[in-house]
Amino acid sequence: MFAYIVRRLALMLVTLFGISVIIFVLLRVVPGNIVDILFDAAGFVDPADKANLEKELGLSQPIVVQYFNWISGLLRGDLGYSYVSEKPALQEILPRIPITAKLAGLALLFSASIGIPLGVISAVHQGTRLDYTLRVISLSGLSLPSFWLGLLILMASVSLFGMMPIFNPNPKTWTEAFAIYAVPAMAVGFRSAALTMRITRSSMLEILRQDYIRTARAKGASEASVNYHHALKNAVLPVITVIGIEAAFLIGGLIVTETVFNIPGIARFLVEALRWRDYPIVQNLVMFIACVVVFTNFVVDLLYAAIDPRIRFGD
Amino acid sequence: MRSVHALGVAALVMLALPDPTFAGEPKSGGILRVYHRDSPGSASIHEGATYSINIPFMPVFNNLVMFDQHKAQNSQDTIVPDLAESWAWSADKKILTFKLRNDVKWHDGKPFTSADVKCTFDMLMGKSQQKFRQNPRKSWYDQVNEVTTNGDYEASFNLKRPQPALLSLLASGYTPVYPCHVSPADMRTKPIGTGPFKFVEFKANESIKIAKNPDYWKKGLPYLDGIEYTIITNRSTAILGFVSGKFDMTFPTEVSIPLLKDVKSQAPNAVCVVEPVNVSTNIIVNSSNPPFDNLDIRRALALALDRKAFIQIQFEGQADIGGTMLPAPAGLWAMPKEMLEQIPGYGPDVEKNRDEARKLMQKAGYGPDKRLAIKIATRNIPIYRDPAIILIDQIKSIFIDAELDVVDTAQWFPKVARKDYSLGLNLTGNAVDDPDQSFYENYSCGSERNYTGYCNKEIEKLFDQQSMEFDVAKRKKIVWEIDKKLQEDVARPIIFHSRTGSCWQPYVKNITIMSNSSYNGYRYEDIWMDK
Repeated sequence: MFAYIVRRLALMLVTLFGISVIIFVLLRVVPGNIVDILFDAAGFVDPADKANLEKELGLSQPIVVQYFNWISGLLRGDLGYSYVSEKPALQEILPRIPITAKLAGLALLFSASIGIPLGVISAVHQGTRLDYTLRVISLSGLSLPSFWLGLLILMASVSLFGMMPIFNPNPKTWTEAFAIYAVPAMAVGFRSAALTMRITRSSMLEILRQDYIRTARAKGASEASVNYHHALKNAVLPVITVIGIEAAFLIGGLIVTETVFNIPGIARFLVEALRWRDYPIVQNLVMFIACVVVFTNFVVDLLYAAIDPRIRFGD
Repeated sequence: MRSVHALGVAALVMLALPDPTFAGEPKSGGILRVYHRDSPGSASIHEGATYSINIPFMPVFNNLVMFDQHKAQNSQDTIVPDLAESWAWSADKKILTFKLRNDVKWHDGKPFTSADVKCTFDMLMGKSQQKFRQNPRKSWYDQVNEVTTNGDYEASFNLKRPQPALLSLLASGYTPVYPCHVSPADMRTKPIGTGPFKFVEFKANESIKIAKNPDYWKKGLPYLDGIEYTIITNRSTAILGFVSGKFDMTFPTEVSIPLLKDVKSQAPNAVCVVEPVNVSTNIIVNSSNPPFDNLDIRRALALALDRKAFIQIQFEGQADIGGTMLPAPAGLWAMPKEMLEQIPGYGPDVEKNRDEARKLMQKAGYGPDKRLAIKIATRNIPIYRDPAIILIDQIKSIFIDAELDVVDTAQWFPKVARKDYSLGLNLTGNAVDDPDQSFYENYSCGSERNYTGYCNKEIEKLFDQQSMEFDVAKRKKIVWEIDKKLQEDVARPIIFHSRTGSCWQPYVKNITIMSNSSYNGYRYEDIWMDK
């Protein structure tokens, strides 16, 4: 087990190095840089001023030097300065992480707490009206884009309650504090919940047809015990995989939701930084997201062993 | 008896009317909440060329002079003192001298003096040690030789030749006075001004906050405790925020005509106005290369335009047709309608114009069997893309098959500068409704924003002639002649001048939206809220 963890950690470092090279090169392959965009607002490009500004920002250095500067800074904890705000990149990124983390956490919670029970209910009542209804709901969850759902929620809030649950850094009441995260979490978590429900259902159906389930029933175990103790425990493995993947996917999925609900999290910030070609912000944010994804996968792998004792990692 | 009744009715009516003194008495306090359309690149007005910077930061500063903030139409007659108490032209009209106020302090407590005026304009002219990262309006001061001071409270602009428009340029929201003792870098991130509001915080993509300057030199002002701009890039979310009462005001001049209908239906009490913004939608024509090096083809293009159709489709009829200068009545320098209609392509009979265009195309060798294939380049932004698509449809009628070439924002100006296009759909905003700003920036030989490279030495002489003319009536005639010639030369065919809406809640008082510029009316020192 220890050797496995060490190997995985080493692999994680190699993966992150690869990602750092890819993101660094890709950013510079995309036409245009911050200087072009700054001049865009001015309505023209002055070649001399452009060259000065590129020099000032270090963009005129060879790409290898730029990469080395970035990585060595990263290792020292110096993420550089945002080209746009001219503030330390760390100062720009750090306050936004908890916002997105809260939103993603709530969305995952919503996804699991709705998706898993409904998936079990749907599987247990296979072929009934309830099953069909739940499947239609899950299909709609997969089909509705989260930005559209978000806008619908906002419009409904305005027309029904005369209020709007968009972000407020200083909420006045706990209900407002809850609403500014919970409502967008529901909008983005709806799709995730639908996927979780479908995976749970199909996994449960497969398990419910196993011999040991029939044996449990023959021994007189209650339906609840069969469904939740015997079946769900074994059906949950693929569900965890999906939730793990969804956790990583959520960062991307949150871009639209953060925009619609005007939440100043890292997902929306990343898009804006990309628009401005704010390399220090984009590079460091993508690295941060990559770390989250790689680490989540690592945790999911470890969870396998904890949940299913049959799974052992080869040394 | 009848007269007694009449008196009684009159008394009742008077009682029913609100007390004008009471209702109109400004109240102090409150934070004005406005949504902002995007995150500006910096807080430095001098380094930007977008009103995304002007609007939130103009209240932090003062100019030497400014346009009266409650007269919608900016003109030389509406210029009022600001940091300058008075101004005077020398007899030869080559020196403009400002007497400055002596009771003004920067927000950090340091006194404002003529040295700050000199520093600001030296930097704008590129003559100082400290440099702006970008200096988009350097050309505004081409006629200024130097700025001199006489003591702490007098500054003079010494010109190469008379230029009456200089005063208008100095009154623009784009021309605040900066402090000498603060670096351009600091002005981009934490600006210091002398204005009614102090800078508090600018969180990129989140919010901009400014707070009342309690030591403002205009005693009793501002009325508001502060202004908070929440940056909301999603337009639907922003409008819903206004409708739900989360915001007191929309981002000025940013509500499109179709969206305005939504606002009025969902918030019927909101006060909304629609005004021209002095932004023209136009075609940039690459006349350096075939096929548009041929004047006949350029003229055919101008003749093919159905401007009313553009306006109907995009603005439900609420936009204006004109030449380079903003059309009347909002615009001060527009050609008379009769003169405009004589220009090819501006006549009311579109089919007749297009018949003529087809003949010109056939003369150039094109026809139904030999159609001209081109690309129309434009930026990947709806206000650019939408008219480009209409243009593609309209020029089909003159044997031109065009394909839309959508260009990323970062690549647009480099591409235009390389002349890597045949036709481009472009928007041109004018900060000041004055021919000097428009002509020199967009049509003068060698100007950086003269994207098409149009250069006509005869017209250049007329530019200077009008620029030096102090008599407005005489100047107008020269301006009309220039504008007509520019349209006939198909230098940069103007399709339309847009109008947009601004809305605020009924308790927000004293807002005036300018009708011939969207860059100059955001000082907000005497806005108040009746709640």
